[in-house]
Amino acid sequence: MNQNNTEAFRGDDKYVASEDLLATVNIAMALEKPLLIKGEPGTGKTKLAEAVSHALGKKLIIWNIKSTTKAQDGLYVYDVVQRLYDSQFGTHGVDDIAHYIKLGKLGEAFTSDEQVVLLIDEIDKADIEFPNDLLWELDQMEFSIPETGENIKAKNRPIVIITSNAEKELPDAFLRRCIFHYIEFPDKEQMKEIISVHFDHLDEKLVSQAMAAFYMIREMRGIDKKPSTSELIDWIRALSVSGVDPEMIEKSIPYAGVLLKKDKDINTLSRNGKF
Amino acid sequence: MFLQFFYKLRKNGLDVSLNEWMTLMSALEKGLHKQSFTGFYHLARAIVVKSEVEFDKFDQTFVEVFKGVPYEGPVPDEVMKWLQNPKDTLNRDFYDDMMGEYKDQDFEELLRKMKETLEKQDGEHNGGTKWVGTQGKTGYGNSGWFPNGIRIGGEGMHRTAMSVATERNFRDFRTDKVLDNRQLTVAFRKLRSFSTDDPFAEKELDIDGTIEDTGNNAGVLKIRMKNPRKNAVKLILLMDSGGSMDWYSSMCNMLFHAATKSNFFKELHTFYFHNCIYDKVYKTPELFGKDSVTTDWLLDNFGSEYKVIIVSDAAMNPHELVERRYDWRTRSYDENTGLDRLYSLKDHFPYLIWLNPEPLPTQRNYWSQTHLELAGIFKMYDLSVDGLEKGIKSLMARR
Repeated sequence: MNQNNTEAFRGDDKYVASEDLLATVNIAMALEKPLLIKGEPGTGKTKLAEAVSHALGKKLIIWNIKSTTKAQDGLYVYDVVQRLYDSQFGTHGVDDIAHYIKLGKLGEAFTSDEQVVLLIDEIDKADIEFPNDLLWELDQMEFSIPETGENIKAKNRPIVIITSNAEKELPDAFLRRCIFHYIEFPDKEQMKEIISVHFDHLDEKLVSQAMAAFYMIREMRGIDKKPSTSELIDWIRALSVSGVDPEMIEKSIPYAGVLLKKDKDINTLSRNGKF
Repeated sequence: MFLQFFYKLRKNGLDVSLNEWMTLMSALEKGLHKQSFTGFYHLARAIVVKSEVEFDKFDQTFVEVFKGVPYEGPVPDEVMKWLQNPKDTLNRDFYDDMMGEYKDQDFEELLRKMKETLEKQDGEHNGGTKWVGTQGKTGYGNSGWFPNGIRIGGEGMHRTAMSVATERNFRDFRTDKVLDNRQLTVAFRKLRSFSTDDPFAEKELDIDGTIEDTGNNAGVLKIRMKNPRKNAVKLILLMDSGGSMDWYSSMCNMLFHAATKSNFFKELHTFYFHNCIYDKVYKTPELFGKDSVTTDWLLDNFGSEYKVIIVSDAAMNPHELVERRYDWRTRSYDENTGLDRLYSLKDHFPYLIWLNPEPLPTQRNYWSQTHLELAGIFKMYDLSVDGLEKGIKSLMARR
């Protein structure tokens, strides 16, 4: 467990992180507390976990949260139906409950022989009570399975990264245990750097024109769903593949559909005399 | 000094617990602030603050407490040490920078210049002006300030704690600011009571429970029932439309969308009125007569279990409140005054709040007297995230 004191995350070749984000990641690792990441959609919350696992050379376990996910699912699932089914035929092993216990993502992370990075993605999608149900498990890094009387304790405390889109408020008790960071929307300098790690060589002109258009659209009044980094990357890809004349980008906004996903926003754009 | 910071944070409305404070202390002990003030700022913020809406409060408090702190941090020493002995990851960045902006300068030269700058900054700070921040745009901006070699990129990242904190970048996230749609939706989600708590809800088959019971019953079927888990809240929105409310139409729009979009309530009914509720309410914001229902019908058909939110700026001519309304089409007076109607709504619906897009006036004038009057009668909240949250809390409990 001490090994994380010697290692520090410094971003990797595919992920550009701001100074304070880097500091926060390292703080969370050193304090062995879950890191809660919030930010606008498309600012690379999920990507961060990938970058951390890649940079530290640790395995990444992703637990995707959906509206139906329960805390229990992350620990283990007791497949009663299968057991009932098997019992009809007297299949071998039916008296062994452990046979029907399947560990969830959290359980998987705990039982791993090496330290892993555990990403709990979009925790706010689940029910409001969900985070509270995980308090003990994330704090103590252990849980028990009453059906078998087994106790699962983390061999190596995983690095836990949690992302949230703020669709629901998270409970206080849960927040108190986390290290928090809010990813701001990248400024132009950062954006340039982000673009440069995604593309090998790009026409300078194309990049600067596309960025100018991008920030102009973001600041345009009446745009409901502002385009984010990932949309800009897709857009630049589309522009460079199709060989659009860079001069035309800001004037006519080709492929606006890549940037804007709502009809209303595209209409707003055309009302403003673009494309 | 630190303890003072802690109490200041609490005083300024940040809910910092002792638990978090101890975490911060142990983090400082471990040296996670990297011996720098900026590091301390980020460390304290990451541990103490739990939501971007509170960054601004934190920044303000930080500036307040640490404004006059003399510059005595070991940063320059550390930086010098590091400069003389650049190693591992730092090496690359530093080298890159040299290749980038300082092509012609050799290492010694760069070192000298940097030293100069640092001394100047130290001096400037002791002189009482802002910290290193002003120097952030020099050519050194691209090299690291952190002793442990965390890379700092362009000028945007070369900000020191003080300058970041004084910039108050997170002002927009404050909760007392008027809101956006998502925040509203989030607030509405709190308005719920699950039918699991309701003993009269229709039961449904609990499949997992049934299988488990059947298993325990040696395979002989044994059925278990459970209460369905659905939101049982029924809501009525009464919205003021037209006139002075046109100012707030986009806000009301957002509120309306947040309430309807989520499909979250068991029932949601919306009615509109102009300025004050009289004998009729309308189903559309245009207030067409053919789409109207009588207020009596409303009271007869919706029981007291409905929760009611009135959205109105409560600004009207006082006569509109206390006198009976004259209907020009039928050439007759309404039966009741607006105030009577409002009282009967209040009596009928124990769960009723009033959201007002206009903050409570501090001075009494002609147009604000009805606002103050009604605020005394109803539970009135601002139409903001804070206000809606408070309002929803009181909607959950019988008054």
